[in-house]
Amino acid sequence: MTAHSVAPGAGGGAKARGANVVRATDLTKTYAADGVEVRALRDVSLDVEAGSFIAFIGPSGSGKTTLLNLLGCLDKPSSGRLEVVGTDVTRLDRRQAAAFRGAQIGFVFQSFNLIPVLTALENVEYPLVMVQDRPPSERRARVLELLEAVGMADQRDKRPEQLSGGQKQRVAIARALVTHPELVLADEPTANLDRETAYTIIALMKKMRDEVGTTFLFATHDTRIIGAAEIVYTLEDGRLTGRQERQA
Amino acid sequence: MGNVVKIAVRNLLRYTRRSLLTVSLIAFGVVFVLVFVAMTGSFKEAIVASITDSYLGHVQVHRRGYVASIESLPLNLSLEPTQLAKIQEALGSEPGVAGASERIKFNAMFSTFVETTGLRITAVYPEREFAVCPKLPARIVQGDRTPAGLARGKILVPELLARGMGIKVGDTVVVVATNKDGSVNGKTLLVSGILESATGPGGRDGYIHFEDGREILRMPGRETMEVAIRLRDFGQVERLGAALRERLEGRGGGREALEVHTWSQLSPFSSVARLIDMMALFMKLMLIAIVLISILNVMIMAVYERVREIGTIAAIGTLPSRILSLFLVEGVLLGVAGAAAGVLVGAAIILVLDVWKVSVRFGGSLQLFALSPRVDLFEVVLACVMVIAVSALASVQPAVRASRMEPIDALRHV
Ligand SMILES: Nc1ncnc2c1ncn2[C@@H]1O[C@H](COP(=O)(O)OP(=O)(O)OP(=O)(O)O)[C@@H](O)[C@H]1O
Ligand SMILES: [Mg+2]
Repeated sequence: MTAHSVAPGAGGGAKARGANVVRATDLTKTYAADGVEVRALRDVSLDVEAGSFIAFIGPSGSGKTTLLNLLGCLDKPSSGRLEVVGTDVTRLDRRQAAAFRGAQIGFVFQSFNLIPVLTALENVEYPLVMVQDRPPSERRARVLELLEAVGMADQRDKRPEQLSGGQKQRVAIARALVTHPELVLADEPTANLDRETAYTIIALMKKMRDEVGTTFLFATHDTRIIGAAEIVYTLEDGRLTGRQERQA
Repeated sequence: MGNVVKIAVRNLLRYTRRSLLTVSLIAFGVVFVLVFVAMTGSFKEAIVASITDSYLGHVQVHRRGYVASIESLPLNLSLEPTQLAKIQEALGSEPGVAGASERIKFNAMFSTFVETTGLRITAVYPEREFAVCPKLPARIVQGDRTPAGLARGKILVPELLARGMGIKVGDTVVVVATNKDGSVNGKTLLVSGILESATGPGGRDGYIHFEDGREILRMPGRETMEVAIRLRDFGQVERLGAALRERLEGRGGGREALEVHTWSQLSPFSSVARLIDMMALFMKLMLIAIVLISILNVMIMAVYERVREIGTIAAIGTLPSRILSLFLVEGVLLGVAGAAAGVLVGAAIILVLDVWKVSVRFGGSLQLFALSPRVDLFEVVLACVMVIAVSALASVQPAVRASRMEPIDALRHV
C-alpha cells in the first residue's frame, strides 16, 4: 500500500508481479437450501499471481459468483484453505473481514452499485473517506487522477442517475481502484452493458492493470470479452475444469 | 463525522416529501406541547395571581381547626390575643413577609329593607387588606376604589348579590349577625362599591371595616379569625410557608395551637393546577409517541429501500459501526429538524398569542384572566432534548439491522 500514483510510467507505480495474491486449496462451499444440500463449489484449488488478468467462465449455476464471493472475503468456504494477500481470511470475523476488504480488495458490480446520493467524484472518494478515513489533502489528487484515468473527470459532478451505464461502470472502476487494492473482483461487470461499451470497459480494466499492476479477477458469460483475459478458468458444476492461458 | 452527516442529509433530501412530512409531524407535536405548556402555564399563573391577589393572600394563619370548618365560619375558633401577638412577632422577624392583614369573618343577614338574604362578611383594615390583596381594588367595578371606600360605615357588596337585589352605590343596607354568645346585633351601612366575583370560595364575600365587624360581633379582643399574609416573592411561598409553620405551629394541639396554610392548601384551584400539570405531562407522552412511531416508520422504510446500497457499502469495506452511525444520524437529523421547526413555529405562535392578548386588554373591559403565554427556556430545551433522544432511540433498531446485514445477502436483494 505504498504506491500512490496511477500515472503510466510513474516510478514504483506498478505492483510487483510474481507473488501470489490468492492461494486457494480444496475450497468447498455447500449451501443448505430447504434441507437440500447444494454443493456450489467442490475442491477448487487455485493460485493467482499478482498482476494477473483472469476470467472465470462457465454456465449459469456453475459457481462463479460463489467463488468470487469467497475470494472477496464476502463469504466463507465450508472447507478448504484460503489465503488472500498473505492473510488466512477464513479466520476473520465480520468486522475484520470488512476492514480487510476495505484495505485490500476492490469491487466492480454487475449493476454498478454507485451510491445514488453522491456525485461521481464523491463516489470515487467514498472508500477513502468512509472506509479508510484519509484526510482531504490526500484524497483530492488521488480521486481526480483516477477520474482522469477512467475518462470521467469532466463528469465528476454528476449524480449516477445522470450517467450512462458505461459511465457508471467507469466511475465504479475508479472507486474500486482508489484505495490501491491488491485485488479487484468483478462479477459480470459487462452484463448490463451493450457490446461496444462492454469492450471499452474490459479494455479500461486491462489498462488500469497495466498501469497499476492490480490483479483483476472477473466472472462472465460474455464470450465476446473473454478474449481480453490472459487466463481463463472454466467452472462446471462447482468444479474448476479448465485453465487456458492466452497471450494478449 | 461531517461526511456521515452529509450522506445522511442527502439521503433525507432524496425522499423529500416523506422527510418533510415526518419533520412537520414532529414539529406539530413540539408546537402543540410548547403552546399547551405556555397557555396552561399562563392560565395557571393568572388564576393563581387572581386568587391570591384578590382575596386569598399567599399564606394564611388561623386557630387550629378553623380551616377544617371554614364553610360555617365558626366564631368560637377566633385567635386569642396571645396568639395574635405571637403571629405578629413571627411576621415581624421574617424579612420575606411584605404585609399582613387581620380579618374577621362571619355569616350575616343582609337586608335592603325590602329583601333579606345571607351574606359572608370579611371585615378588614382597608390599607392592610389592599396591601395583602393588591387586586382587590381592581375588583371594585362601581364605586370607590380607594381605601376610603372601606372606611367605617361603608360596605362593598358582591356583584351577584347587588344585581339580584337591585342594589346601587349609595344605597343603605343593614347587616345583622349573631355572636357566639347568641346575642344579635346589627349595623346600618352605606354601599360604597360593587365587588366583582373572584373564582373560588371567599370570592363572593362582602367587605366592611374591621372596627364595624368588631362592633357587630361584640367579641372584644378575640374577633380576628385569620391573618392573611403577602410575601415579597411568590416563588418563595412553599419555603416561607414551611418556615412560618415551623415557628407558629406548636407541637401539641389544644387551644394554643395555630395552623399555617399556603394558598395551594386553601384553594381548590391547586388541584386544577395539578390536573393541568398532568395534562401537560400527557401531551409530552403523546409527543414521545409521535416521534417514536414516525421516526421508527421512516427508518424501517429507509433501511428496507436501501438494502442493496447497504450491501454495496458493506462489501467495499464500510465497517458495521459506520453503517450504524449513518442510519442513526439520519434518524436524529429528522428529530433535530422537527424540534427546530417546532420551536420556531411554537415560539411564533406564542408570541402572536401574547401580543393578541395585549390588544384585547386595551380594547375591552378589564380581563381578569388576560393570559400572557410565555414558555421558559427550560421547557424548550426539555422538548428538544426529548425529541432528539427519542429520535435516536427509534433509529437504533433499524440502524442495527442495517449494520448487521450480510453483504452477499444484501447485494442479492432486488
Ligand atoms: N445463498 C445460496 N443458497 C443456496 N444456494 C445457493 C446460494 N447461492 C448460490 N447457490 C447455488 O450455488 C450454485 C452456484 O451459484 P453461483 O451463483 O455461484 O453460480 P454462477 O456461476 O454465478 O451463476 P450465474 O452465471 O447464473 O451467475 C447454484 O446452484 C446456486 O443455486
Ligand atoms: Mg453469478
